[in-house]
Amino acid sequence: MKYLDEYRDAGAAKKLADAIARTVTRPWVIMEMCGGQTHTIVKYGVDRIIPEAIELVHGPGCPVCVTSLEMIDRAHAIAERKDVIFTSFGDMLRVPGSRGDLLALKSRGADIRIVYSPLDAVNLAAANPGKKVVFFAIGFETTAPPNAMAVWMAHKRGLKNFSVLVSHVLVPPSMTSILQTPGNRVQAFLGPGHVCTVMGCEEYVPITKYYKVPIVVTGFEPVDMLEGIYMTVKQLEAGEHRMENQYSRAVRHEGNLQSRRLIEDVFEICDRKWRGVGIIPKSGYKLRYEYRDHDAERLFEVDDIETQESTECISGQILRGLKKPHDCAAFGKRCTPQAPLGATMVSSEGACAAYYAYGRHLEGRGIPRCGKTESELVQIGGVR
Amino acid sequence: MCLGIPGKVTRTFEEHGVLMGKVDFGGVSKQVCLGHVSDVQVGEYVLVHVGFALSKIDPEEAGKVFTFLEKMKQLDELQVPSP
Repeated sequence: MKYLDEYRDAGAAKKLADAIARTVTRPWVIMEMCGGQTHTIVKYGVDRIIPEAIELVHGPGCPVCVTSLEMIDRAHAIAERKDVIFTSFGDMLRVPGSRGDLLALKSRGADIRIVYSPLDAVNLAAANPGKKVVFFAIGFETTAPPNAMAVWMAHKRGLKNFSVLVSHVLVPPSMTSILQTPGNRVQAFLGPGHVCTVMGCEEYVPITKYYKVPIVVTGFEPVDMLEGIYMTVKQLEAGEHRMENQYSRAVRHEGNLQSRRLIEDVFEICDRKWRGVGIIPKSGYKLRYEYRDHDAERLFEVDDIETQESTECISGQILRGLKKPHDCAAFGKRCTPQAPLGATMVSSEGACAAYYAYGRHLEGRGIPRCGKTESELVQIGGVR
Repeated sequence: MCLGIPGKVTRTFEEHGVLMGKVDFGGVSKQVCLGHVSDVQVGEYVLVHVGFALSKIDPEEAGKVFTFLEKMKQLDELQVPSP
């Protein structure tokens, strides 16, 4: 496919890996912000074809992972009502709350449906006027325009039986929260490419200046990631700290102004609790007062449900780049994608789940790495 | 989650006052909301996330990394040590 295949080209990846190796002179710790980027790194072995001096740590940018446990319990409480059709993206259904996951609730007869787009949920509300249709609106800034459009459209069409359970999170406050963590190790960021297609790059400029860290907005394919790492390492080695845009084929500096206007119309900024991290001030979106008739938390009175997380899980430290999945005694043993203990194992974009999916939980136990990882490593230029 | 797939716009139309379209992803065609890229033309590529086009792909910018790699290759060839 055009604009995908060429960015998975082994020759180009190898040349960039060589350029990185020629540039680096000392150790650096770089965090990729997005779960999709984490997945690419582990799937293609990007971290294994660059010099060992560069350590990639995996950020909190998987919205499925960081959706708080109590928000999943609230979804559960709404979805089990007989008058409700509960709709969600597929990857949220397997995430366990304290009362099990939504898929198990569906197997017990609840009307829970997977939708491809939030507009499918709006159309479902139009087709089922006798039911209350609720959409689980999670995501980072990338998903905010689709979710805002769904609310705006339902409002415009007078669909009073459509509401959203909002658990939106924002990247820049999580970035500053990581940089303010005592013992922070992160020296530079690969910025979130798709978030920036919407929001642009401007809001990252003050972070580069205040905290003196390079931020390179980066795409999601192996060649993108290697170019992003190369641009980041060049800055680090030169003692610079600027915002740069590697993903310029999709990201404009100002973002998508049409999308930003719609977000501004439908949502306002609020404090948000992140699974594994806790409350980060001004790190989420909630519906504006004008759209309160579409606010599922208000309509179903579930905002008082609160839940405690597992104390054994170290995902909070992994999401801040302080630890890696292998640092956890439960990783791959008591904690697996089938029975996750916490945030980073619940979705395939979480660091622990990605490491598990590509066999890294078997490393160090005398068991060879799984064939898929090896073959893909060879595809993009061979194992280091 | 923030998955974005590039696809080619093959048709545009309006639904409930919002610009929609058909987008081809390497042979698979899906209905996509084009309301956030309202100046898009048939034949252009867009980046699609959960059924919404969020950005148009700039073909000129897309080729830059390969131009850079080509230049780097030429530079390497110039630096072959003399016998």
